[in-house]
Amino acid sequence: MITLKINGQQKNWDGDPDLPLLWFLRDEAGLTGTKYGCGQALCGACTVIVDKQAIRACITSVSDVVDREVTTIEGLHPTGDHAVQKAWRQLNVPQCGFCQVGQIMQAAALLIENPKPTHDQIREAMAGNICRCGCYQRIENAVHLASTGV
Amino acid sequence: MNILTNPKKLRGFERYVKVDNVSRRSILKGLGLAGGFVLAAPVMSRPGLAAYQTGADKMPHGTVVDPRVFVAIAPDGIVTIVAHRAEMGTGVRTSLPMIVAEEMEADWSRVRIQQAHGDEVKFGNQDTDGSRSTRHYLMPMRQIGASARTMLEAAAAKRWGVPSTDVKAVNHEVVHSASGRRIGFGDLAADADKQPVPSVEGLKLKDPKDFRYLGKGQISMVDLRDITVGTARYGADVRLPGMKYAVIARPPVTGGKVASFDGAAAMKVSGVEKVMEVKGWPWPSKFQPLGGVAVIARNTGAAIKGRDALKIVWDDGANGKYESVAYRTQLEEAARKPGLVVRKEGDVEAALKGADKVIVGEYYLPHLAHVAMEPPVAVADVKGDKAEIWGPVQSAGGTREDVAKTLGIPEENVTVNVTLLGGGFGRKSKCDYAIEAALLSKELGAPVKVQWTREDDVRNGFLHTVSVERIEAGLDKSGKVTAWRHRSVAPSIASTFAANTVHQAPFELGMGLVDMPFEIANVQCENPEAAAHTRIGWFRSVSNIPRAFAVQSMVAEIAKATNRDPKDMLLELIGSPRIVKLDSVKDLWNYGEPYESYPIDTARLRKVVELVADKGGWGRSVPKGHGLGIAAHRSFVSYIATIVEVAVDDKGKLTVPRVDTAIDCGTYVNPERIQSQIEGAAIMGMSLVKHGAITFKDGKVQQGNFDDFPVIRIDESPAVTNVYIVPAGPDTPPSGVGEPGVPPFAPALINAIFAATGKRIRALPIGKQLEA
Repeated sequence: MITLKINGQQKNWDGDPDLPLLWFLRDEAGLTGTKYGCGQALCGACTVIVDKQAIRACITSVSDVVDREVTTIEGLHPTGDHAVQKAWRQLNVPQCGFCQVGQIMQAAALLIENPKPTHDQIREAMAGNICRCGCYQRIENAVHLASTGV
Repeated sequence: MNILTNPKKLRGFERYVKVDNVSRRSILKGLGLAGGFVLAAPVMSRPGLAAYQTGADKMPHGTVVDPRVFVAIAPDGIVTIVAHRAEMGTGVRTSLPMIVAEEMEADWSRVRIQQAHGDEVKFGNQDTDGSRSTRHYLMPMRQIGASARTMLEAAAAKRWGVPSTDVKAVNHEVVHSASGRRIGFGDLAADADKQPVPSVEGLKLKDPKDFRYLGKGQISMVDLRDITVGTARYGADVRLPGMKYAVIARPPVTGGKVASFDGAAAMKVSGVEKVMEVKGWPWPSKFQPLGGVAVIARNTGAAIKGRDALKIVWDDGANGKYESVAYRTQLEEAARKPGLVVRKEGDVEAALKGADKVIVGEYYLPHLAHVAMEPPVAVADVKGDKAEIWGPVQSAGGTREDVAKTLGIPEENVTVNVTLLGGGFGRKSKCDYAIEAALLSKELGAPVKVQWTREDDVRNGFLHTVSVERIEAGLDKSGKVTAWRHRSVAPSIASTFAANTVHQAPFELGMGLVDMPFEIANVQCENPEAAAHTRIGWFRSVSNIPRAFAVQSMVAEIAKATNRDPKDMLLELIGSPRIVKLDSVKDLWNYGEPYESYPIDTARLRKVVELVADKGGWGRSVPKGHGLGIAAHRSFVSYIATIVEVAVDDKGKLTVPRVDTAIDCGTYVNPERIQSQIEGAAIMGMSLVKHGAITFKDGKVQQGNFDDFPVIRIDESPAVTNVYIVPAGPDTPPSGVGEPGVPPFAPALINAIFAATGKRIRALPIGKQLEA
């Protein structure tokens, strides 16, 4: 039996300890905000925050996050009003929206590490997150807005 | 209107519904295999309401213009408007209901959106593709809103005993200005419901100068908040009690099948419950599943791990020799010989012979995969002779029909619930994944989710075609182009529906080949033969990608050869402002639109070129290693011109400091979403021009994920994309937005690389060509 701490809550798992965290979150715990996009840490759609760092849940097994704090989009902010989420809405960032949770989690992790990133730093930090609709210009501006208020 | 009720459950709409008797998705007819798109019903006439006609009523099941189907008002005043098209990022779930709200004077903050299930008899056509939604539904949605407003006004007038001409709906209330009385929509709902639905012909539409929402761009997508907090529901987010999770190993070669398999090792994987063969259909298989072996598990991760442990022997079938390098040579050889003539003006052969100079450009564009961020996925629950489907489908009505047909049950017994789409780009117009889920659910007697992995998506999709475009331009002594021969060779989408297809269908030929708008005396377009060896499907902007690439590259090549400015060359070729006549083209495809409403108008094409040149600073001086390129193209009956600025460093590293695009899409509804579509089209265009290539060896796709089929990431994306929308008169018909941004981007970028480096790239993707 593995016990995980997700968004401050204990979750138990008695299945395959190698199960990718992504599928535990989505299919076993019902936290469907985190998305599947590639399964190989190539697209960032499954990004969650573990102990203040962005990780790809698709290549992280449940046993890797035992005794660590896992934060998903559902736990990012109690009312969904994290600065990044607000900036996203202010600038109408999403198109289809599917990658946006991963983008938001990556951006939130970036701002923990670097509260005032430059545009180049934003582009570097967000380069692991693919948006096929092509919302990059707005993503860059929204991360900047979230970090500066302007 | 339906008070207090869920509009889904209401009936009584039948007499307002126009139903045609075309068998749905009469694909073969639509593909021109029976000689062009066949109409089965007259176009609905709406005298006095529209200055234009669209092709909306030629679509399967046409349009429905009935407020009782689309609008409900609750006693508390909340107005529910049905969104009957699929949301995949274009904003259609917001834009179409917003049109209804505008006309009925509803206050947007008191409007709720309800997604329609698949039911085209009730809602009209639901195929969300072809950049059609606003084009086909601006007027019907205005009529629905105006009908609702008229019924509310009539109800208030009756209650007050005054003529209905004395009252007016204003922002969720009806007002009698003479007496100062006013009453809210909620209080009027029950009375309005008893009013007759007014005839469409008598409706009074709002004066566009009074619009509060249309054309303003002030309203965000209705799903915006849900998307940012993770509650927006996509196909994979549907969870049902007792649901099983499935992934399927599909034949790696199109048309292949399972020879034998061993699931013993898969069954030993923790969480795996069952391994079973899935039915496949013989090639060409239309939208039917490919078949294969399914692994059923308690979660998706276990199903994937189980699938990895399967041992399958495949029978590859006839396409097992498909190989991309050889196929390219084959296409090139075909393009160098005469082919089926699909447009002919003057005598091109003689004109080329007599030309002072002949410039030849041969362009190659490989297969592409859609790779929407959400791979195909669907949930099905089949019980007895009833089926319920949840999924991200572009074609809710088509999915319903195909699932019903496959299961052998009546269409009325199939409910298709449309979730948000995590991107579509044409892939999700084909519902094979929903049929797979239905077949498995029927077999297992439980709800099933079928999840496609990214590798499945790349290897088993419906790819964008692969093509060679060869253009020969003959010039006289003054440098004027007097001859233009364009041969386009590519496997057709029709091959997915009909065996032995070797020519492209009218709708493919009409995307940038036969509709070429240049003013040239001798023009010939030809379509030599090409057979398909994999599933070919619609990909955002379809054949316009190779055609615009070839034609707009050629313009710059001619400019270079005659020492002229590429923008001036482009305008010279477009020629005088006129309506292009294409009398020699049989079965001209005009995106399904009547040519009278949507002719090829070179004045509009010239205008976007001039606008983007002005706003984008064409001719401005740029730093060393930078260059500007321009391209223009009409597609989906919209006009677009793009300028790309590139920078290429001495190691061949490509960056894009700036993109400028002008679009004329006629009357528009939501400029904020138009802007986002054009921004995104630049990214998709850059992905295909820089990286995009699906290749085959031994019949199998050689790529599988974003490592070997890369798309543009934020650190290589254009620094800024500026968008300019041409203001249109109120009577200019709306035209496409979702797709037209893609085609001009690739040639504009390639032309910019030429300006920067002197290197002319004729084969996509760029790959390492700049490093040489």
